[in-house]
Order: sequence, then C-alpha cells, then structure tokens
Amino acid sequence: MALETRPERILLPVKVGFMAASIVLALAFNLLPWRDLRGVPDLVALVLAFWSVHQPRKMGIGIAWAVGLVMDAANGVLFGQHALAYAVLAYAAQALHRRILRFTVWQQAVQVLVLLVAMQLVMLVARMAAGATYPGLTFFVGSLIAGMLWPLATFLLLAPQRRAATVDETRPI
Amino acid sequence: MEHAPPQFFHRGPAPIARLTFFALLSVLLMVLDARFRYAEPVRQAIALAVYPIQHLAIAPVSAIARTRDFFASRAELRRENAELRAEKLREAQELLALEAVRSENEQLRRLIGARDKLPARALFAEIVYAGRDPFSRKVIVDRGSQQGVTPGQAVIDATGVLGQVTRVQPLLAEVTLLTDKDHAIPVQILRNGLRGVAYGSGDGSTMELRHMAANAEVEKGDLLVTSGIDGVYPIGLPVARVVRVERDAAFAFAKIVCQPVAGTDQHRQVLVLAKAEDTPAWSAESERAGRKAAKAKRPRRSE
Repeated sequence: MALETRPERILLPVKVGFMAASIVLALAFNLLPWRDLRGVPDLVALVLAFWSVHQPRKMGIGIAWAVGLVMDAANGVLFGQHALAYAVLAYAAQALHRRILRFTVWQQAVQVLVLLVAMQLVMLVARMAAGATYPGLTFFVGSLIAGMLWPLATFLLLAPQRRAATVDETRPI
Repeated sequence: MEHAPPQFFHRGPAPIARLTFFALLSVLLMVLDARFRYAEPVRQAIALAVYPIQHLAIAPVSAIARTRDFFASRAELRRENAELRAEKLREAQELLALEAVRSENEQLRRLIGARDKLPARALFAEIVYAGRDPFSRKVIVDRGSQQGVTPGQAVIDATGVLGQVTRVQPLLAEVTLLTDKDHAIPVQILRNGLRGVAYGSGDGSTMELRHMAANAEVEKGDLLVTSGIDGVYPIGLPVARVVRVERDAAFAFAKIVCQPVAGTDQHRQVLVLAKAEDTPAWSAESERAGRKAAKAKRPRRSE
C-alpha cells in the first residue's frame, strides 16, 4: 500500500510550562472524589502518553515514573505500582511515536488504547503478585474511555502550538 | 574519546536502559511497601505535597453538595423530622431500660472488682471519597492525625461496624472496610456465643466466617457481633448477618457467607471510636509455664 501523504501543519514549539500544567490538571481530575472508579478514565496516563508521543525529547521515562509515584502516594495504593506502569507506558509510547504519528487521529486512538490497556495489565500483574484479588473486566473500561478521548486530547493539547489561520505580516511565522 | 559526538547530539542513556532502571526501582519500592512498610514516610511526604491539588479537586464537588443541602426542600425536612420523632419514641422505652441495666451492671461490676468500662469516646467523621484503588475496599474520611485519629481505630456507622482505620494523614484517614480481602475481625454469634473470625471476601459485598467446624452451630440469619477479644473493636457491635451456610463432607470446615449489616457503600457519616483501653500484655513466659503445667496434669479438653 502506497504511503499516503497528508498535509501536516507546522506547529510552534511546545511550552514546557503548558506540559506541566496539563499533567497537574490531569492529576486533579484523577484525584476527584469518585464514588465508583469503574469507567473513570485515567487522564494522567492519557496525558503522559500524549506527551511521550508528541514530545519524546522533553517527556522522559523518569518524569512519568515520578508522576506515577505521586499517584501512588495520593491514592494510598501499593507504592510503586503506578510508577512502574507509567514508566512502561512512557517507554512504549516513545518507542512507537514515529509510527503512531503517521496515522489519522482515530487510528492513533486505537494504538494508544492498546498501550493504555498494556499499562493496566502491568499494574494488574504487580498487584496480583502482591496478593490482591482480580477486580474483574470492568477494570479496563476506564482505558477504553481514555482511548476514545485521544482525539479530544490531541485537539486541546496541541491548540497552543497551532498558528492562527489568518495571515499577519507583522508576525514572524 | 577522540571521536565522541558533539554535545548537541547527546541523548543520555538508551531508553531501554532507563526503563530497566526505573522498573527495578519501582519493584524495589513495591517490595519494600508490601513486605516491610518502609515506604510510609516517603508516602506521607508526597501525600502532603499533593494535598493542595487534592483539595482543589474536591472543592467544587463539596461546594455543590453544600448548595444541595441548603436547598433541601421543606417537605423533605418535615418528613425527616416526623420520622425521627417516631423513631425517638420507639427507642425511648429501650433507652430507659438501658439506663437501668447500665447502672445495675455498673454496681455488679464494682461488686466483683472489675474495672469500670468508660463509654468509648467517638469522633464524628464524614466519608470524603472512595479509595482510588479497584483492588481493595477502602474509603477516605475527613479526620486525620491532627484530630487525633490513629491507625487501628474502629469505625462504625449507625447500623454496625464499618471497618478500621489503617493509614493516617494529617487531615485525612484511610478506612479499610470489612469487605476488604485483607481485613479480619473477631466475632461472636449473638445467639450462642460461638467465637470465630470473619474475613472480607474481596468481592465487595460479603464476608466469610472461616475455620468453623462443619458441624458448628451456625444458622442462616444468625447475627455476628464483635467479640472484643482483639482489643481493637469494643464488645457487642453488630458486624454481619449469616446469609448462607454450606456444609460439604469433603471439607473439614463449613463455608459460611455473611453480609455486613453496616451500609459499606451507602452512608457518608461515620463514627471513629477511640481505642479500647490497653489490656495488660500476655507474656510468652507465662504461656509456656501454663502449657507445661497442662501437659503434666492432663491433655486439655478442646472447646
């Protein structure tokens, strides 16, 4: 199959402050007082995967690991389970970022969904090894929803990098 | 080093090396936490640092709840008021009888020289949110070490025992519910005083009374209350009701499934009970001596 070339927008360089703010906002969402956790998407994982795919030079495995530690401490779960899972997620997303970005947004979403489910599998194995009970298939519903949010995340998180559509002579690019 | 690339191309260790490093670090942390509980101070520090974010996240939700409370309709309040009045009347009689029994009990205790049991102090708390861990049954309440909550305290609601405080942060505390897989509570069957230990089954709604002989006198509908022999839970709080007893000749123990009487998933308001007074330590020395004496005389009859 011949590789289709689609027109791509040239994006402005990303601001590190915006990346950090997006991660903190996702953390705040994750720490909301949920009555029932089933079906709640893990937005932190989604945002980390997003920056790992789009900015692999700026978003490192170490950062993902540290954010995972924060999740563990705030949730009071086994210390290191989110850290391990997020580190694996960031690694996989970085390794596949060239391939993922070749596809359209919805095709990207499917691949990211696989990454998110793999991340949850890592967490599941870690917890089962530590002696927890199997929480059932509903455990993975959150990832499904997070995967479907990928196009929205792409739209929102790339918004500051897009140039204005109107031409302005005084603006450099 | 002569042909080293310029600094511009420097990318640090390979991604797989980094992943291996961080994965090993996580596994180390997990083992330390699960087996030895060494990670607690680090966890406390990070949790305290994250508290502003957490508070920020909770703020809009609690604001909505407050607004809803404020606009609770008058009819609803009146209905609730009437219900409470009726309930109070119903309970007044028992309460009066209880007063009499309590004073009588106090006198009797004084007669036999037993220590006076003070009514356990209780701290009112509200469940802020369910623990964000699909693998365990925990809730977070809005009282922490600053209000004097310590790990190990019993938590009850209006109908029965809810669980036990397992971890304390300065402003929040984590309560492990009875239905958690790692939770065990010593109980007694109200009908005949048979003692046992009930474990959470981990499926979220039931408990199991394990290690009861297949011919143990347990029936469907029996109420389990705390036996108080652990020094954590006060005596006589309702815990669970037996919903199923399976006696299989292939196993030495009966399979007894119980349903907690407290609304483990429903209520918001709970009471954190102060710890029961310290029981004197049972020294291993005296236990050894006792065993020797028993062996010398005759084998002890099993209960």
